[in-house]
Amino acid sequence: MTLQSTISPVVARPPAALTMAAALNAAIHDSMRDDPTVVLFGEDVGPLGGVFRVTDGLYAEFGETRVSDSPLAESGIVGTAIGMAIYGLRPVVEMQFDAFSYPAFEQIVSHLAKMRNRTRGRISLPIVIRIPYAGDIGGVEHHSDSSEAYWSATPGLTVVSPSNPADAYSMLREAIASDDPVIFMEPKSRYWMKEVLSLPVQTTPMNTAVVLREGTDVTLIAYGPTVKTALATAELATAEGLSIEVIDLRSLSPFDDATVGASLRKTSRAAVVHEAAQFGGYGAEVAARLTERNFFHLAAPILRITGFDIPYPSPKLEEYFLPTPDRILAALGTWEWS
Amino acid sequence: MSLNVESPVVSTAPAPQPLRLIDDTGHAVTDNAGDFVLPDPGTLLGLYRQMVVARRFDVQVTALTRQGRLATYPSALGQEACEIAAVASLDPGDWLFPTYRDSIALLTRGVKPEHILASFRGEWHSGYDQYEHRIAPQATPLATQALHAVGLATASKLKQDSTVALTLLGDGATSEGDAHEALNFAAVWQAPVVFVVQNNQFAISVPLDKQMRCRTIADKAIGYGMPGFYVDGNDVAAMYAVTSAAVDRARTGGGPTLVEGLTYRMEAHTNSDDPSRYRAAGDVDVWRRRDPIERLDTYLVSIGALSDQERAGIRDEAEDLAAATRECMMLPVRVDPLELFDHVYADPRAALAEQRAFLAAELAEHAALAGQPPATPSAPTTPSSSTTPAGAHA
Repeated sequence: MTLQSTISPVVARPPAALTMAAALNAAIHDSMRDDPTVVLFGEDVGPLGGVFRVTDGLYAEFGETRVSDSPLAESGIVGTAIGMAIYGLRPVVEMQFDAFSYPAFEQIVSHLAKMRNRTRGRISLPIVIRIPYAGDIGGVEHHSDSSEAYWSATPGLTVVSPSNPADAYSMLREAIASDDPVIFMEPKSRYWMKEVLSLPVQTTPMNTAVVLREGTDVTLIAYGPTVKTALATAELATAEGLSIEVIDLRSLSPFDDATVGASLRKTSRAAVVHEAAQFGGYGAEVAARLTERNFFHLAAPILRITGFDIPYPSPKLEEYFLPTPDRILAALGTWEWS
Repeated sequence: MSLNVESPVVSTAPAPQPLRLIDDTGHAVTDNAGDFVLPDPGTLLGLYRQMVVARRFDVQVTALTRQGRLATYPSALGQEACEIAAVASLDPGDWLFPTYRDSIALLTRGVKPEHILASFRGEWHSGYDQYEHRIAPQATPLATQALHAVGLATASKLKQDSTVALTLLGDGATSEGDAHEALNFAAVWQAPVVFVVQNNQFAISVPLDKQMRCRTIADKAIGYGMPGFYVDGNDVAAMYAVTSAAVDRARTGGGPTLVEGLTYRMEAHTNSDDPSRYRAAGDVDVWRRRDPIERLDTYLVSIGALSDQERAGIRDEAEDLAAATRECMMLPVRVDPLELFDHVYADPRAALAEQRAFLAAELAEHAALAGQPPATPSAPTTPSSSTTPAGAHA
């Protein structure tokens, strides 16, 4: 078998209820059908279909040439993907679990992120690194980390995180088509969230934030796993007469200053919600840059409602760690409301 | 074609003594040559010429660095046999994945001195066209490039191309996890890749016996299930014979090979190192008597393949290159600060455009204060389009 595609392009499918995992699966599938240079490899992504079944059926359809289990070594996975990309392939690789991406840190930070700049744009690395991340799944240690701040702090990387099945499909297709390396962070706790979709679906561009729910009093900024939490908070708040606008960032790097800034200037109050620890976390950057650019529109300091500054806890303790609608509402209640 | 392969177990242990074809004194030997035979005199003369030119370049650049013309330069003095043999084994379409110490390998592959030295001069992190020369950027983090070589070789295999990748590593780098992962991935995937480890016996100051307990680096190949060869790294004939066979084997579907060249780093690690703190001058003298160029010179003269006139011609060529290198390193460094923002992303970013504009304004202000006309803001540069990625050469 060669890498020449003999399969017809993707055709529209009838509406069906799809989980985020199934939407991601369809995105990889459709990208592989459309582009013979897309290859998929990682740990257990072959016959098993991945531990979350995101790659289910792809090995059977595309075969060993394009879908393969790799040795169990994350630096090796990213390092070999870089070599493949130099030769013109578009690798999609999986890190299996967030904390297992750390052995690949050097390859990601020193090579994946820097190669294009180092070579004055001659070598682009169109690689997607899929990282199932965050907690709320009852996982044992090292299975619930939120590592987005490390990647977002690294120039050269694009970092995105979908919060729903439609975005999961559309953003992953866009990530695979991108000539820049993309860290694609999949919220594990939302893998089984269902939505009726007619694939292929195209949502707004990957590098933009969207206003998911309009409001007038507060801008609540979330991404990935905490978008659902933010929407639930907004719903609860209506009973208290508080109108919350919910923004799904979708893209952590780049940051959509225009969309978020416009919302903040409308509401004059903002809070950012994430699972990761607060100190040096992604929310610090959100609060700082929004304050720098919108200080005179602010009625109150921008709040961060996040995980505590501790390692991610054991399953029986994670409910105390994760931001909840009640905790978010309580935090908003600490502002002076005149 | 598939990544699943039936691979026979390789159990041949490398020989206990380094494989060689020409000994220290310049005599052809066969007692520890394995199945390898001396390359023909024409090939050896070509390797001799390349080594002489490479050494002259290396010595010149070390001198220029001492004069402050370059920020740093890791010399490969004494390692010419490993460097030149590795490059000479490759076809033009093959890929080389070098380290910071392998500038003479780049030179031998045709990269211009000013492009090789752009990084050590501080102009840009990599100064040559990687696709034109099929040479990845010189890697500074150790052993990371070995994985890139395995990936590129695997892509070549998946596309059913004949492209081979060769990566250069040092002995210290074999302690890195990426060296292990690269060797293992290469073996499991039967990638058409050759690992050439230049065992120059020092990782800055740390000798090899503090890196590993193994008898030789080549022995590690047994554990990965690939052939390993322990070679006299100052015998270019043996290095060329072994690496050429390894490249041919990779090209014909035989999978990866690990080649260890036993050599010696004659110079300091870089100009900022002081070897007198960790090794005796006498040790260097021992290795000076094993010089790769001297021994090949003696051998070629003994078989009538190198005349005084030819040697003089080669030295003239080397002097011309040294003069050209001096000349281009005397030219002022030209950098465009605004280029800093141009290559980070393929997809332009608003935040970088803002920062670029900020720097442009700052530069204009500085120019105005200095009484100079404001510099014309340059348009974002586009990458050199002289080449196409995607194994387009296939």
